[in-house]
Amino acid sequence: MAEFLQFCVSGLTVGAVYALVALGFTIIYNASDVVNFAQGEFVMIGGMATVFLTAAGVPLPLAALIAIAAAMVVGLALHRLAIEPARGASPVTLIIITIGASIFLRGLAQVVFDRQFHSLPSFSGDTPIQFGGAAILPQSFWVLAGAGIIVLALWAFFNRTLLGKAVLATAANRLAARLVGINTSFVVGFSFVVSAAIGAIAGILVTPITLTSYDIGTLLALKGFAAAMLGGMGNPLGAIVGGLAVGLLEAFGAGYLSSTYKDAIAFIVILGVLFVMPGGLFGRASVERV
Amino acid sequence: MTNLKTCLGGAALLAGAAMFAGTATAAETIKIGASLAVTGPASFLGDPEAKTLELYVDKINKDGGVNGKQLELIVYDDGGNANNARTFATRLVEDDGIVAMVGGSTTGATMAMVPVFEDAGIPFISLAGAVVIIDPVKEFTFKTPHTDRMACEKIFTDMKARGIAKIGMISGTGGFGKSMRDQCLDVVGSYGIEIVADETYGPKDSDMTPQLTNIKSAEGLQAVINPGFGQGPAIVTRNYRQLGIDVPLYQSHGVASKSFIDLAGDAAEGVRLPASALLVAEKLPDSDPQKAVVLGYKTAYEEATGQPVSTFGGHAYDGLMILVEAMKRAGSEDPAAIRDEIEKTSGFMGTAGVVNMSADDHLGLDLSAFRMLEIKDGDWALVE
Repeated sequence: MAEFLQFCVSGLTVGAVYALVALGFTIIYNASDVVNFAQGEFVMIGGMATVFLTAAGVPLPLAALIAIAAAMVVGLALHRLAIEPARGASPVTLIIITIGASIFLRGLAQVVFDRQFHSLPSFSGDTPIQFGGAAILPQSFWVLAGAGIIVLALWAFFNRTLLGKAVLATAANRLAARLVGINTSFVVGFSFVVSAAIGAIAGILVTPITLTSYDIGTLLALKGFAAAMLGGMGNPLGAIVGGLAVGLLEAFGAGYLSSTYKDAIAFIVILGVLFVMPGGLFGRASVERV
Repeated sequence: MTNLKTCLGGAALLAGAAMFAGTATAAETIKIGASLAVTGPASFLGDPEAKTLELYVDKINKDGGVNGKQLELIVYDDGGNANNARTFATRLVEDDGIVAMVGGSTTGATMAMVPVFEDAGIPFISLAGAVVIIDPVKEFTFKTPHTDRMACEKIFTDMKARGIAKIGMISGTGGFGKSMRDQCLDVVGSYGIEIVADETYGPKDSDMTPQLTNIKSAEGLQAVINPGFGQGPAIVTRNYRQLGIDVPLYQSHGVASKSFIDLAGDAAEGVRLPASALLVAEKLPDSDPQKAVVLGYKTAYEEATGQPVSTFGGHAYDGLMILVEAMKRAGSEDPAAIRDEIEKTSGFMGTAGVVNMSADDHLGLDLSAFRMLEIKDGDWALVE
């Protein structure tokens, strides 16, 4: 039982990060039909920028805010400089552009930051909390709470604000949204900025546990993509459930089956979803997008 | 980097000059080749190696060179890529006309270059880790770093001394972790130690608590060993403390750098690992015969580069010095004569330990070359 709990905690913590990455995918996908494979790089920028700012003597909360702002600027730049100029292109072309952007950002990070692994001190100490025989790091609560707050804030934003509804309208039907006077280009740019902020927050919260380096984004983007696919591409609730599910599957897989195949689990999930239910858990019945 | 460029540029110019000047220049210098992973993912190996070679070739030349002739070092950057290494090896032999070779930062690059030097009959001192380089013995191939097999033996010796008989193993699946895991499994039986849990993790894995939970619940667990490299062992160490596993944790020589202590933080306290004496140069007792050598190299390297010393640069120092001494004993720069003298190296005190080579041992180190260290108060401490 203690083992089961430990696997759950481990899976949920990692899963919360996958969920935030998947959420980033979802927001941009809804606004623009683009799967943004540079999403993992936002996580990297959040973590690495915070590490380097705190190392330069900036207090942690301020460093975190600057790092989030930096990621938002990068997100905006990605939209303005790479996605917007190619707005007539097909989603597949745009996806390839985001892969290029991801490689570019990784290269840039090697120059701006460095190639080493870095860590941040835990926000509230390293003494694990014992719960039913499982040891939980206080930082895990930060990650889970952070993910929870982001999800609630997004829900409130989409359902309670005019701008949020504009994003939803753009997601539902871009042409109709434009006809009722919504600036859809602004909405798409805005979705990149929000996704970048979410990614950066995830990166900051998780760095004390998983460490960070210039190249962590690739694997996170793939795991987050698996989570988004599992949940149903474009469904925010699906992104959260998918992320937690992939995290739990990995932890249980490594714990009960074999740790050799831990990283393969996310990809087995992608294949399984594509073969069995292409719409994902919460996806729409008919999928016309590619 | 700038050093390398200057050096490559210099090498190219010299090669050009040599073509016009004919044999005159060639006869006045002794050409030594090196193909190192100066950039790329293995640059943490190749960069200090290249800097060390340049530093000491300059020093030797200032002191009058070898056998009255100046050394000429030709360094190529293979980026750790075996294909590039092979191309550079051919170029070094056919175009540059080297008499001996130091380097090959990675095992892959080294194994790709071995046939070139064996065919050409040019002595080749590799700076890479794996035991396959010198086992089976190849006529012209030598190496300076300890092997992962020796690291396993050193750790198991220490465990045996502490009365540990049942251990868990968690290894990275990268090249280093995989190779060391195989070597440990191979020798563990002869120490009367049983592996009761055997787990692995991917090179980019960021959470090892599930694997460690399994190890924790293994019956009669007395210690855990973690063959691995990079950030993985740091996360293992953190997760290890998080789960409150209270048996000793052993890391490998693969994490013998300050950055491991920084990344693992307080969790690293009490971790033991085998490492080169270079890491504890100042802490060695004055009676230690290795102290003068490691302290001398450490001081020289840190003064010249402004960077902390690493064991990898030490391997390059050992390789170059073994070669230079062999050339002095041979009294000539005939590659075959140099090879014979390298093989006769005995009692050579390097940064890795005492080297005693023979016809069937082209490494020449024994277990005393490794020091068992323990991390105390965020620093290395000698166990003894």
